[in-house]
Amino acid sequence: MNPNGQNAETRDGCAAKLDVCGLDLYYADFQALKNIDFRLARHEVAALIGPSGCGKSTFIRVLNRMNDLIPSCRVSGKVMLDGEDIYGAMDVTELRSRVGMVFQKPNPFAMSVFDNVAYGKRMRGLRDKRQLAEVVEVSLTKAALWDEVKDRLKKSALSLSGGQQQRLCIARSIAMQPEIILMDEPTSALDPIATGRIEELIGELKKDYSIIIVTHAMHQASRVSDRTAFFLLGELIEFGDTREVFTNPVDKRTEDYISGRFG
Amino acid sequence: MKKRVFLDGLLYGIMALSLCGVIAVLGYILVYIFRQAAGSLSFGFIFRSAREGGILPMVVTTLYVVVVSIAISLPVGIGTAVFLTEYSGNSSLVRILRVAIETLAGIPSIIYGLFGLLMFCRFLGFGQSIIAGAFTLSIMILPVIIRTTEEALKSVPVSFREGSLSLGTTKSQTIFHVVLPSALGGIVTSAILAIGRVVGESAPVLLTVGLSRNIPRTVFESGRTLTIHLYYLTNEAVNPDDFGIAFATAGTLVMVVVAINTLTKILTRKFKNSQGDAS
Repeated sequence: MNPNGQNAETRDGCAAKLDVCGLDLYYADFQALKNIDFRLARHEVAALIGPSGCGKSTFIRVLNRMNDLIPSCRVSGKVMLDGEDIYGAMDVTELRSRVGMVFQKPNPFAMSVFDNVAYGKRMRGLRDKRQLAEVVEVSLTKAALWDEVKDRLKKSALSLSGGQQQRLCIARSIAMQPEIILMDEPTSALDPIATGRIEELIGELKKDYSIIIVTHAMHQASRVSDRTAFFLLGELIEFGDTREVFTNPVDKRTEDYISGRFG
Repeated sequence: MKKRVFLDGLLYGIMALSLCGVIAVLGYILVYIFRQAAGSLSFGFIFRSAREGGILPMVVTTLYVVVVSIAISLPVGIGTAVFLTEYSGNSSLVRILRVAIETLAGIPSIIYGLFGLLMFCRFLGFGQSIIAGAFTLSIMILPVIIRTTEEALKSVPVSFREGSLSLGTTKSQTIFHVVLPSALGGIVTSAILAIGRVVGESAPVLLTVGLSRNIPRTVFESGRTLTIHLYYLTNEAVNPDDFGIAFATAGTLVMVVVAINTLTKILTRKFKNSQGDAS
């Protein structure tokens, strides 16, 4: 589990968890993503930064095929998960249980805390009560929420605070034992304290999962990620070690964005 | 500045007054009905057969008609609404369908009655019966159920659907386990509206269910609903006592509606609570 070793492997092009190659995406006639190449290693946290509308969210929604819900959306290029093309023979529900997602606004279902976490497994056919209870406890513990909710598992999830709801959504995602977790600005609707807890949590989760996080807060990217990707107008401008990108960016545009000259 | 504050107060006043007006009218009607009914309305009146001067057959027929027509139209209506909102997209065919459904909602009920009489009573051979009436009424209330359910489904946030799909569930799982339960409140409202229309309808019921004053044993028999009974009582009333019986029937009708709506709400709450349980 040497992060540097992992990164080196990634650069060599092997052992990549996720390998995106020559990805183009169109909404009808508008090209939202242009020739993206992107690699993610195991147990790596990648942050995606860039101004609004640059394609960051669109990009992560390619990775679990959430863009399939938009009829006008077309994708070309290769997206390989463990060497398997996700737009090929892979079943989309299978893909989504392997690549989880946490959304910008916490979106727990109008059910109890327990049912929210158990939902995904139940839908996949797990009925055994003991196993479900175990999945729920483990997931909530990993999401650093167990102690706060263990006495009110039967209460509605909507009664939790915003930060708790977002951790519940993370737990819900973890319950599926995904390989990658996509986070689309997971803290933008939260206060600084709740944000801090989620950031801490990302550091913990990294031990078990690969994570891609879209963020508008540059300091967040620098705090939580191993590598940072800068998107601009649908292009991936720069993708490198977070410290490098922030202290010594290769591209002039990255430097301008990071130093706050635009965006 | 002064003017704005004044206007604010004025609008508040107007709105409060409207509300008072509504409550007053509603309250007056209820008080009027039950005062007129006071002499005739009793436990025995509701639970005695027609021969003994009661209206039990009418209560039973009304409940039969409501339950059967809702049982037919609710699943079909919800299914249609789900298909329209979740699957069909917005093609021109779907838009035409929507216009057709709205038109269906605007057709006078007597026309449904005429159709029901020829289609269900004669052509399909049900004769004048509860089942023929229930089919007729369910066609009549379908548009109401479809439209209200569609609105309820649209009000479920997209983020719920995304949250569910992102966990690797199928579309139908998402609809049945997340979208429909979240829209339950609106769907129940649609059912209550539909029940109200069924209970209150008279012309198509008269044509398809008939007038029999016996307690119907099966849905294939004719019967007389409370509204039809009320119509005949009022028509034939000569002395004040007859009006008393008519008003007692009206009062029973009101109580039946209130009872059905309350029961529906209680059942919904039960269902919602069981959703919140871990079991």
